[in-house]
Amino acid sequence: MLSWFKKKIGGAQPLPPEQAAGSEAPTPVAEASGQQEDGASFFLRLKDGLSRTRKTFVRQIDALFLGKKQIDAELLEDLEEILIMADIGANTTQELLEKTREQVQRNELADGQALKTALKEMILDYLINADRPADLALPAQTPFVVMVLGVNGVGKTTTIGKLAHKFTQAGQKVLLVAADTFRAAASEQLQIWGKRVGVEVVAQQAGADPSSVVFDALDYAKPRNFDVVLVDTAGRLHTKVNLMEELKKIKRVMDKKIPGAPHEILLVLDATTGQNAISQARLFNEAVDVTGLALTKLDGTAKGGIVINICHEFNIPIRFIGIGEQMEDLRDFEPNEFVEALFAEGEA
Amino acid sequence: MFESLSDRLHDVFKQLRGHGRLTEENIQEALREVRMALLEADVNFKVAKEFVATVAEKAIGQEVVGSLAPGQQVVKVVHDQLVELLGGQTATLNLSGRQPVVIMMVGLQGSGKTTTSGKLAKLLQGKGRKPYLVPADVYRPAAIDQLTILGQSLGVPVHPSATDQDPVAICRQAVHAAQSGGYDTLIIDTAGRLHVDQELMGELARIKDAVQPAEILFVADAMTGQDAVTVAEKFNLDLAISGVILTKMDGDARGGAALSIKKVTQRPIKFVGMGEGLDALEPFHPDRVASRILGMGDVLTLIEKAEAVVDKDKAEKLAKKLKKEGFSLEDFLEQIQQIKKMGSLEQIMGMIPGMSRIKQLKDMPKPDEKELVKVEAVINSMTIKERRNHAILNANRRTRIAKGSGTTVQDVNKVIKSYTEMLKMMKQMSGKPGGLGAFVGGPKKKKRPKGLFR
Ligand SMILES: Nc1nc2c(ncn2[C@@H]2O[C@H](COP(=O)(O)OP(=O)(O)O)[C@@H](O)[C@H]2O)c(=O)[nH]1
Ligand SMILES: Nc1nc2c(ncn2[C@@H]2O[C@H](COP(=O)(O)OP(=O)(O)O)[C@@H](O)[C@H]2O)c(=O)[nH]1
Ligand SMILES: [Mg+2]
Ligand SMILES: [Mg+2]
Repeated sequence: MLSWFKKKIGGAQPLPPEQAAGSEAPTPVAEASGQQEDGASFFLRLKDGLSRTRKTFVRQIDALFLGKKQIDAELLEDLEEILIMADIGANTTQELLEKTREQVQRNELADGQALKTALKEMILDYLINADRPADLALPAQTPFVVMVLGVNGVGKTTTIGKLAHKFTQAGQKVLLVAADTFRAAASEQLQIWGKRVGVEVVAQQAGADPSSVVFDALDYAKPRNFDVVLVDTAGRLHTKVNLMEELKKIKRVMDKKIPGAPHEILLVLDATTGQNAISQARLFNEAVDVTGLALTKLDGTAKGGIVINICHEFNIPIRFIGIGEQMEDLRDFEPNEFVEALFAEGEA
Repeated sequence: MFESLSDRLHDVFKQLRGHGRLTEENIQEALREVRMALLEADVNFKVAKEFVATVAEKAIGQEVVGSLAPGQQVVKVVHDQLVELLGGQTATLNLSGRQPVVIMMVGLQGSGKTTTSGKLAKLLQGKGRKPYLVPADVYRPAAIDQLTILGQSLGVPVHPSATDQDPVAICRQAVHAAQSGGYDTLIIDTAGRLHVDQELMGELARIKDAVQPAEILFVADAMTGQDAVTVAEKFNLDLAISGVILTKMDGDARGGAALSIKKVTQRPIKFVGMGEGLDALEPFHPDRVASRILGMGDVLTLIEKAEAVVDKDKAEKLAKKLKKEGFSLEDFLEQIQQIKKMGSLEQIMGMIPGMSRIKQLKDMPKPDEKELVKVEAVINSMTIKERRNHAILNANRRTRIAKGSGTTVQDVNKVIKSYTEMLKMMKQMSGKPGGLGAFVGGPKKKKRPKGLFR
């Protein structure tokens, strides 16, 4: 789905966009194997990573639907519980169930099975409507500058490490920029990731002005033919006005150095987060116009249903999911597959 | 902004006034609202369900007393019940017993364990104890460096752990090191881990066995959703935690996770994290968090925050002056500047009960840097007379002010409009101008402000 990793960006190694292999065909399995991996094994690993999430979900929903020929109040109530427990949010849940109720009243849904299909489609709609082709973000000329942001501890630095790995695997030259100069040892953390992945890291002393770190880093990057520049920023709560101003300034500096940069503004959200993720998405988006989301920590038992909410409300696509702490533990977000798996029946 | 529960119930109960008694039927809708409010605040589904049932039991049969509207009465039952569930136990640290005593920090990745370890070290240092920080996270890159830097900034020694060591061995050695160094409190910072990671959960159990901590503190993010229950339950099951610390409460999370965690672990919430700085650790106040979960305005926190940033003398002078002369444009400027120090305006306003009912809020100036500079410039270009009496600001004067401040007449109008809106709001809130004085440090705190249970 993400062609970021498939081709050289921009002028560095000219490749007409048409050649970016079959980007419109919605064939999840092949598409997901963006990192020159064996498709089947990738698919399996993806499912494996999400299995905890999905198994609980799938089991619950199946237990609910299978035995039920009748759609009754009890079934709808159980459904409400499942949706809310998945952090989809009380309001969105009401909305979904309201629509379902209408369909039931119109006798459009014959049994539990039909109800399930209808729900699945509704949720998928929420996700797909927000989709924006990722390759649109790619600039005509390198470097492709990605700014990563989010509240404290969600997994920004780790996601950058994983992304760097992904880009490197695709043969691109990556630079990491340590613009979190605030949290203790934040730049050391990024430097270790740089070593792990084998990419350069630009950093300054702790407490330096993040905008000037970025300014210098882009100066450094420009003549050196980097394909991708990944900028790590300090975690900040979206309610802190001065810190959001700082973010705006960093963004302005990028645009000054490289007109059009940052090309992607990736907001990292923690799947464990509840309804507050909405407020995060809203305020970060208001400050800097978020262009994509990464949802981390889906390897736990949190269901990540908040995703549905955010896509629906803000029309921002989910680019990646994080399913672990290692550099391979990043996956493209695939709405079909995500919902399919949520509702899939007893996978052996 | 969240609509507060009392606001919601206000509408639900309009018809009920004078009905005399709360019955199973007439509070159904109110209970639905209570439930929605809890779910919106991330209280776990099952916990919310149980909670609502308890509230119903307590509320049904109550007389609707004259001065309280039925909605307010339900809110009171809900609030009291929440406070009861959230609090109950004294929430001090248990540092008695064999010295050196061990505190162990556990929790999910990124919840704030390392930062909170630093905060606790600072707190204990201030109480005359001699803390010893122990980095036992060998997995996350630079985690040891992180704690080491925090320790250095506090002047608290940090155990020289290395990433190739076994965390259990590190902790064992650290106890000896602390003993021989004359330190009385070890704070062990463990790696974040998922509750479903049996291997790493086992590691925590082994550390526990090896060092017999007096406190095992589960560090949880206030923004956590429904899963808080699953996670807390598992950590408690495997480790028998002794308390909870709720971090990142300085944001706008409603913090329903607090209730979920308390409910499933039955362990006290001992502290809340209110920022990234090492002094941003506060005792847990059940009543404040209860109000916050219900979206009813965290008035006490607001007042304390204001106290912290406002110069006391200045505040008292201002309060006096407000009483005598009302709220001038100069005061307005000062307020805005204070508010800037406290956080976003929306956040501050959200803490004031009843505020979410006031629609003008949308027109309030957003305290963005540039905006504030403009407000300041505009007010500075006014004469003293104008600042004290905005009514004389006619078109001529406005043009002059715009020129003088390098802004436009629109900007000047906007400032004046914001000011008059604020004046109006203050009148609504307190019945007299200057009511806001109460939150910038005037007479404070004695009682729960009126608006709360209206
Ligand atoms: N289990 C799991 N842990 C993650 C994931 N992403 C990040 N983490 C962990 O979350 C913690 C915080 O991550 P970090 O990248 O430092 O967050 P930042 O503060 O946003 O930069 C670290 O312990 C990471 O290893 C994920 O997808 N799954
Ligand atoms: N705003 C805010 N940030 C916090 C608080 N506690 C911790 N943090 C931040 O959350 C992030 C993760 O904290 P850290 O201590 O590294 O978490 P750990 O992975 O559990 O050790 C860091 O950016 C901290 O600065 C708090 O109370 N408020
Ligand atoms: Mg980071
Ligand atoms: Mg840590």
